[in-house]
Amino acid sequence: MSKKLKKRIRRVGAGAVIYLAAVIFSRFAPAIPAGPFDVSAALPVFLAAYIVIGGDVVRKAVKNIGHGQVFDENFLMMVATVGAFIVGEYAEAVAVMLFYQVGECFQSYAVNKSRKSIADLMDIRPDYANVIRNGETVEVGPEEVAIGEVILIKPGERIPLDGMVIKGASSLDTMALTGESLPRDVSEGENVISGCVNLSGVLEVKVSKNFGESTVAKILDLVENAGSKKSEAEHFITKFARYYTPVVVGLALLLALIPPLVTGGGWPGWIYRALSFLVISCPCALVISIPLSFFGGLGGASREGILIKGSNYLEALADGEIIVMDKTGTLTKGTFAVKKLVPAEGVSEPDLLETAAYAESFSNHPISKSLMQAYGKEVDSARLKDVEEEAGHGICAVMDGHRILAGNIRLMEGRGIKAAQTEEIGTIVHVAKEKEYMGYIVIADEVKEDAPEAVAGLKAAGMKRIAMLTGDRKKTAESIARELGIPEVYAELLPGDKVDRVEEMMAAKSEKGRLIFVGDGINDAPVLARADIGIAMGGLGSDAAIEAADVVIMTDEPSKIAKAMQISRKTLAIVKQNIVFAIGVKVLVLLLAAIGMASMWAAVFADVGVAVIAILNAMRAMK
Amino acid sequence: MKKMYILEDLDCAHCAAEIETAVGKLEGVHSSTVTFMTRRLVVEVDDGKADKITKEIKKVVKKFEPDVEVIEK
Repeated sequence: MSKKLKKRIRRVGAGAVIYLAAVIFSRFAPAIPAGPFDVSAALPVFLAAYIVIGGDVVRKAVKNIGHGQVFDENFLMMVATVGAFIVGEYAEAVAVMLFYQVGECFQSYAVNKSRKSIADLMDIRPDYANVIRNGETVEVGPEEVAIGEVILIKPGERIPLDGMVIKGASSLDTMALTGESLPRDVSEGENVISGCVNLSGVLEVKVSKNFGESTVAKILDLVENAGSKKSEAEHFITKFARYYTPVVVGLALLLALIPPLVTGGGWPGWIYRALSFLVISCPCALVISIPLSFFGGLGGASREGILIKGSNYLEALADGEIIVMDKTGTLTKGTFAVKKLVPAEGVSEPDLLETAAYAESFSNHPISKSLMQAYGKEVDSARLKDVEEEAGHGICAVMDGHRILAGNIRLMEGRGIKAAQTEEIGTIVHVAKEKEYMGYIVIADEVKEDAPEAVAGLKAAGMKRIAMLTGDRKKTAESIARELGIPEVYAELLPGDKVDRVEEMMAAKSEKGRLIFVGDGINDAPVLARADIGIAMGGLGSDAAIEAADVVIMTDEPSKIAKAMQISRKTLAIVKQNIVFAIGVKVLVLLLAAIGMASMWAAVFADVGVAVIAILNAMRAMK
Repeated sequence: MKKMYILEDLDCAHCAAEIETAVGKLEGVHSSTVTFMTRRLVVEVDDGKADKITKEIKKVVKKFEPDVEVIEK
């Protein structure tokens, strides 16, 4: 809580105590006859309470009139309360000011809290970098480090700049960036991203980007500028507020003048009704609850590792109708993995895998790496000799004294070994030992673990069309689409074809519906830009994606797309509730006040009560 | 050119909207956006007039919200 706010709360609290004393005193205080109105002896106590509570409001109102600001909320409150004093409703006059102040304090508190929670969330700005210059470690600002310099990162420190590890190994906490709680292991030769916290070992990193271009700077920039693109709801409410206050004030004036002039009397009663109008005429509660809801939604999303560039995109996500996803990097990992082991009769799966892994252990090919990863054990090179690679075919070697072969079907046929025929999708590695066929291994790009869940989530979210685009072969694409339950597939596309496809689908959507495109930012920046909403996956490391997309999913999980839509819909529901509730209550109380059925207490509720409820509701969006 | 200001202690969302409109009407300002929640005022102004416009922006803000301090960024 800020100092200023604390001071204000103390002042209003003191005023409230004086007010209570005044109310009690007024029960016993004698009336002092003074001309046409009887004045209670409690009046000075009420006035004292009023000045303590609302002195600043009156001062601001007077000052703003000097600036030519008439329909300012301070002014309205001043007129409403001073008017109440004049018609003899002291208790209500002070109460209106008291509750108005309570509402203001609460607004301040809520807004500050929400601002702070986002600031904490984005507390990833590195303060310094330890750069190694002439053999010495110097502490400098991250902006002062040049590309190619080597920085030292100790455990517990934040990585200040993007770069490549040249010495050391450690695990990194990427929580603040991705929302992912599992630490990520890094070692020599791997790239690290700024903003992560080094957890265990000392790392030496060769800087690959200057600070302005580093991931952390890009993310901070994105978050700080989020919200500058406003939603339609925000525009609506700003416009509404522009007309609402003058209209209500105008009506109040008519209410105070016309009926008494026509009927020739009853001034205090009609003025009282008009003053109630003034109390309700402040639009602030309504105006504040809308950006607060959107901001909460943006904050809640970034806690999930979903960065949304503006409330307009958060709003648009709810109207998603067509979703088009790129295959590689979005639905699949873009890396190879062993998918299936098919041993020949009499051969066990571990034997098949071990033989293949040994045969391929000297190669750096992605296929070999996936075999090593599946094997998961250290290769004992003493068991292996005479490794020879037959380009385009495979590898032959001697393992434990036996001649082994691993490669494609041509390698087998060349040695007169009869290999199994298969229609499997992916790369097939056949394995043989001493001319005996051992079976084959299917290696394919891996579907992400949560990809099926992602597609199911999108279907549940009511997407009318779900399509997958890929430059990959038709057979592979169709098999993955079948596996995931994606109904529409367009394969063998060049990057330009992707834009054409998306254009076609844009033309086919309904007027209000939005087309969402999801890609990994590699080669698909034009499509990201063309779609109504472009979502980039795996924002870490791909700064092109951060720039081109409207939404960046920091983790590698496509299931976050449906999550983003959920957050969007929840936020919009809250926004709608607030608009309908706030305007509804205000109009209702205005009507009741006009016919003399609502007291000023009801008016205070319509103003402050509604504000508090709307703000509490708005804060739900954050969770 | 683009310029950004922080409106310190901006507490009233309605005033934020009014400041946005008023700044947008200043001479030499092409666009003006006030984001209430991040307290940021972003303007697109004519090159070379930035200093003069900054002064005018401060005046406008003072008029609507005397307690708000304008910080150039």
